[in-house]
Amino acid sequence: MKIAVCIKQVVTREWQLRVNDSKSWIRDQDASFELNEPDAYALEEALRLKEKHGGEVVVCSAGPARAAQVLREALARGADRAIHVESEPLASADAFVIADVLAAAVRDEKFDLVLTGLQSDDQGFGQVGVVLAEKLGMPHATIIMEVQVTGPTMRVKRELEGGWFQWMTLPLPALLTIQSGINQLRYATLKGIMAAKKKEIRKVAPSASTAQAQKILSVYFPEKGKKTQMLPGSPAEAARALVQKLRDEVRVIS
Amino acid sequence: MILVIAEQREGQLNRASWEAIAAAQQAGGPVKIAVLGAGVAAAATELAVADAAEIVTVEAPALEDYTADGYVQALSALVGAESPTHVFFPHTYQTRDFAPALAARLQRALITDVTAIKKQGDGLVYVRPVFQGKLNADVSAEGPAPHLITCQIGAFRADAAARGASAAAVRKAAIDVDASAIRQKPEAPFKEAKQAVDLSQAERIVAVGRGIKGQEHLQLVEKLAQAIGAEIAASRPICDSGWLPMDRQIGSSGQTVAPKLYVALGISGAIQHLVGMKGSRTIVAINKDPEAPIFEIADFGITGDLFEVVPALIAELSK
Repeated sequence: MKIAVCIKQVVTREWQLRVNDSKSWIRDQDASFELNEPDAYALEEALRLKEKHGGEVVVCSAGPARAAQVLREALARGADRAIHVESEPLASADAFVIADVLAAAVRDEKFDLVLTGLQSDDQGFGQVGVVLAEKLGMPHATIIMEVQVTGPTMRVKRELEGGWFQWMTLPLPALLTIQSGINQLRYATLKGIMAAKKKEIRKVAPSASTAQAQKILSVYFPEKGKKTQMLPGSPAEAARALVQKLRDEVRVIS
Repeated sequence: MILVIAEQREGQLNRASWEAIAAAQQAGGPVKIAVLGAGVAAAATELAVADAAEIVTVEAPALEDYTADGYVQALSALVGAESPTHVFFPHTYQTRDFAPALAARLQRALITDVTAIKKQGDGLVYVRPVFQGKLNADVSAEGPAPHLITCQIGAFRADAAARGASAAAVRKAAIDVDASAIRQKPEAPFKEAKQAVDLSQAERIVAVGRGIKGQEHLQLVEKLAQAIGAEIAASRPICDSGWLPMDRQIGSSGQTVAPKLYVALGISGAIQHLVGMKGSRTIVAINKDPEAPIFEIADFGITGDLFEVVPALIAELSK
């Protein structure tokens, strides 16, 4: 099986977000970055499918030069090669732009299966995978928790809301968006990190520029909607104040 | 005209449809509501109490079970026939499955997960969360109409949807769906049998998130839960890691709860978690990040290291 995994580099969860001067995006010059978490599960699923069925795993990312970090990490975890659609404006591009440049980069490779995470931790569009499927003319299924490949078709378990699931069969080639928790992640070994240094990252320029379908006018910290009482002081002082409130004010504990 | 796509399963309307209707009414202008499926007459009658210009049904045997291909085919025909300025959807898992493909096929903008709508000039500005709800973004939809908008669950009030003076007319759209073009073959939805815990009945819940760092620290959470007589629950990453069973998960993919007391330990408050617990009567948040979105909905907040605050709480409760 020839499998593509589309991955994104995002700022780490621990990084304290700061908005840039024009309020158009974050000021990420001094941020630390990591692999978008659902994409890590998509990569792991691709590696497991390769172990079972043979073939090749190719990781693809559309992003600025720094995104090479997550491609290198994916190679260290076991991907065979990488494609990097490299351009600085892709850092905050919308889903149509990203899907367009990814489609152009992977179309001629004739993948049997394309995997993405279900959404990114930064923009959170939840669109790139499904738009990419439409552009590649592939059937798709989203929020997938199990994948069974049987020859020319595939049976996948979709997560629905509120604890419901559904199995669905679709023909290959196809695209799936993967839900976090589908598998247990592996981490790169020293051997993997060494091997990754010899693996290819093919850089490609983005295809002819696509118009953005949405424009960010400003980003800002949300206002607190509800009156939150912050309880200050040392842990012991805050704990005492909280227990007093819960016992005497809202009477929710005895 | 704004076209709202209501969602139904086996004839039952998804309540989030009313939230999308309320959002469309607030955005202004006439509203039409469409519902797709096989046998949706009852759902259409239910929708007809809304203050809407018309209810449009798309009935086809091929739409009996939801598939992305079936919905994209039917809706691209419907949108073409009705020529709305906007199409509103509830941001359900089902919408997330087909709306991006529909937008790509129509080559029209899609703004997902919208929490508020502002009028600016003669256009609309959409507010959506980014960075897991830590920031909001004001965005505009570019390019020709219609623009496709998905409304975050719980962001608009279903009971704010205006009712009409009389029932809206129901019309069946003349749209055929070619079943042979549907590539996904769905099976019946099911629940995992091992779903044993019903957290919706719990009066008090102590929920734990990434801040707990390791499975070995869960003992601390158990002690606190015991001290206040609470059930233990978790955000998704904890269940993904296998530290707690999946049936302890609160959020869009897990259980929805509204206890008297909800204590969130080391949970940042991504929207997928908030939708499952924001109806709780009293919410306590303990988190080391003062900007964590969980504090926006908490009644009481403590900024601090849960490994210091929780033992202090347990000590205080034993007094």
